[in-house]
Amino acid sequence: MNSKSIMIVGVGGQGTLLAGRIIGNAALAAGYDVKVSEVHGMSQRGGSVVTYVKYGESISSPVICRGEADIILAFEQMEALRWSPYLKNDGLLITSNQMINPMPVITGAAHYNENIIEKLTATGIRIETLDAAGIAQAVGNDKASNIAIIGALAGHIENDGITREILTDTITAYLPQKHLKTNLEAFEMAQCR
Amino acid sequence: MEKNTKLMLGNEAVARGLFEAGCGFVSSYPGTPSTEITEFAAKYDEIYAEWAPNEKVSAEAAHGAAVAGVRAFCGMKHVGLNVAADLFFTAAYTGVNAGFVAAVADDPGMHSSQNEQDSRHYARAAKLPMLEPADSAECKSYTVAAFELSEQFDTPVLLRLTTRIAHSQSVTPLDERKNIPKPEYVKDPAKYVMMPANARGRHDIVEDRLLNLKEYSETCSLNYTEYNTARIGIISSGIAYQYAREIFGKSVSYLKLGMVWPLPDKLLLEFASKVERVIVVEELDDIIESYCRSLGIKCEGKNLLPLTGEYSQEILAERLKGRKYEFKGVNEPVPPRPPVLCPGCPHRGIFYVLRKLKLFVSGDIGCYTLGALPPLLAMDTTLCMGASVSGLHGKVKAIPQEASSSIAVIGDSTFIHSGLTGLAGIAYNRSNANILILDNSITGMTGHQHNPTTGYTLKGEETRIIELESLCRALGIDSVSVVDPYDIAQCESVIKAELAKDCPSVIIARRPCVLLKSVKKENPYKTDPAHCKGCKACMAAGCPALSFGDKKAAIDSVLCTGCGICARLCKFGAITKKDQL
Repeated sequence: MNSKSIMIVGVGGQGTLLAGRIIGNAALAAGYDVKVSEVHGMSQRGGSVVTYVKYGESISSPVICRGEADIILAFEQMEALRWSPYLKNDGLLITSNQMINPMPVITGAAHYNENIIEKLTATGIRIETLDAAGIAQAVGNDKASNIAIIGALAGHIENDGITREILTDTITAYLPQKHLKTNLEAFEMAQCR
Repeated sequence: MEKNTKLMLGNEAVARGLFEAGCGFVSSYPGTPSTEITEFAAKYDEIYAEWAPNEKVSAEAAHGAAVAGVRAFCGMKHVGLNVAADLFFTAAYTGVNAGFVAAVADDPGMHSSQNEQDSRHYARAAKLPMLEPADSAECKSYTVAAFELSEQFDTPVLLRLTTRIAHSQSVTPLDERKNIPKPEYVKDPAKYVMMPANARGRHDIVEDRLLNLKEYSETCSLNYTEYNTARIGIISSGIAYQYAREIFGKSVSYLKLGMVWPLPDKLLLEFASKVERVIVVEELDDIIESYCRSLGIKCEGKNLLPLTGEYSQEILAERLKGRKYEFKGVNEPVPPRPPVLCPGCPHRGIFYVLRKLKLFVSGDIGCYTLGALPPLLAMDTTLCMGASVSGLHGKVKAIPQEASSSIAVIGDSTFIHSGLTGLAGIAYNRSNANILILDNSITGMTGHQHNPTTGYTLKGEETRIIELESLCRALGIDSVSVVDPYDIAQCESVIKAELAKDCPSVIIARRPCVLLKSVKKENPYKTDPAHCKGCKACMAAGCPALSFGDKKAAIDSVLCTGCGICARLCKFGAITKKDQL
């Protein structure tokens, strides 16, 4: 298998870091060399954040550049649009339909892009959407949307040997016991959506 | 994959290296991207670990522990090394007893920093060896190697990281902790008391040691070559090596430097002689490249690659291979999403008031630097830790009539770090400067580290609290007041009153960071469309929980923490707490 590059993009505070760690550790459990690159510090404060996960036989650079991502997991629509140039020609974009206004939109200095999903689809990008926030609400845990998005990813990395079982084991290892049940429910729900 | 491996952040791997190397003492001041080294080190019971008030104190403490006979470490970001530099230039003379290693994390691309200086200059200037790992496994093994080197050559050793190394996770093999016999401390003033007569002798030793280290670097396993082809030879280190590897694979030859100071003359010359074209790939400054030139090596580097910003395989592919990225996507601008003060952030109300009063604001380093961004726009200068206080002092001494329209803002942790000395200067020199300490009871930006004002140590033990009021009074400031930053009317009247006085003052705006687990969130607020006139007064708070559409303001009840700043700005009573409607 050629190495796989997965980008996780969203807004600081949405749980992209944890999602990256879970996918990275699941890939490690499946026997791959893995690199995960994160952003900490100032950019985390409600800014646009990106986590890179790469796995394969041997990984050199921990970052993913334009045109290199096999899969982008977007936690927010505008971030999906912002980072879409990072997708490979035949790459897959999985995006939550959530929309969060950035400060320039809040202050009226800019407008939130319209019809993002339609425009992205029109370029021929393979795209799957999910209502991650809705799933999180349905399971009664507002913070479970990152695990819902991993659920939406599950079917696309199964062929790499990163099975649903490995993913749920990793989620179990990385989440506190008291939030586990709702998160696993979100994981399941996103797969059967 | 071997069994005993773990996916680790570079910073966690450095901490693991500290554990395995038998390090017993860690002291640091938090700073992105270095902070997690010390947080992970604190998880090992075998290591004493603490937050120091600043990097200079941490480095001095670690050196003290090493001279006493315990392997010691301090970690800092690049600008922290500026603060700690004093110690290192002379610790190079005294040497160590047990090993002393300092990690310094540079931030190319300035993800979370005010500049992107290259710390390798310090190794050269202070004549200290410096190692630079290229992934987490090397973070761990180089940390262990650094302690061995420190003791073998009787020198402090610098470990250079960059953001991408510190904050990337890669597979790291785990080993056991080494049992290191504690060396005896032997009184030796000629070695440890650096007064002129002694230091002269030690300087000769420093120069000899550097020659010995250079000899070591020629053959040590930290530097290695990989000959694949004679056409192109890449000389690189750290993360830049990984980018080169990503685009060139086995199509070029490599000289990978793990020890970036001193550099191995013979190895560099030998490598250059075996390839037709030498390209030096290094982020930030041209340290290796200009060194190669000084040896007479004909090489390329910064003629092709930038001196600024963070590299990536895309930049290398474009500049070194002429590969162009072809854009196929939605061709429309996407508004930027800059970082913002969080909903409920206690700093928001203060910056609203400072902007309203049109003050000159001398700023500092922390979350509150975000008060400089729109719509708050309430900051005039920001340079380095503590500069808000001393910079304002300079301004009001130079132009006294502007004292009543100028103020400095500094966080609690930053104030302890290096605002104290500036404040002493203000009292001593009879300055008329007014200082606002934004006391959110934690070191916020780096991710909630304790400091001398919070009452807890790094290990979570209770400790005494340095009370800012008493501290400022002891430093000679008579006018010290405390305000609640959520109460903007109180903040405004106190700030106005203090600015009007003909004496220096400190105003402490005290409220804990809203992200702290101990802070109870209030019920969210909501807008009443019937009363909202669409005047946008509330929008001046720049709160991410507020939005404006259909000529009315709205509040996201999931994001709102119930701080009430927006409600105080509304003249029409259109914003009320949810349970009140």
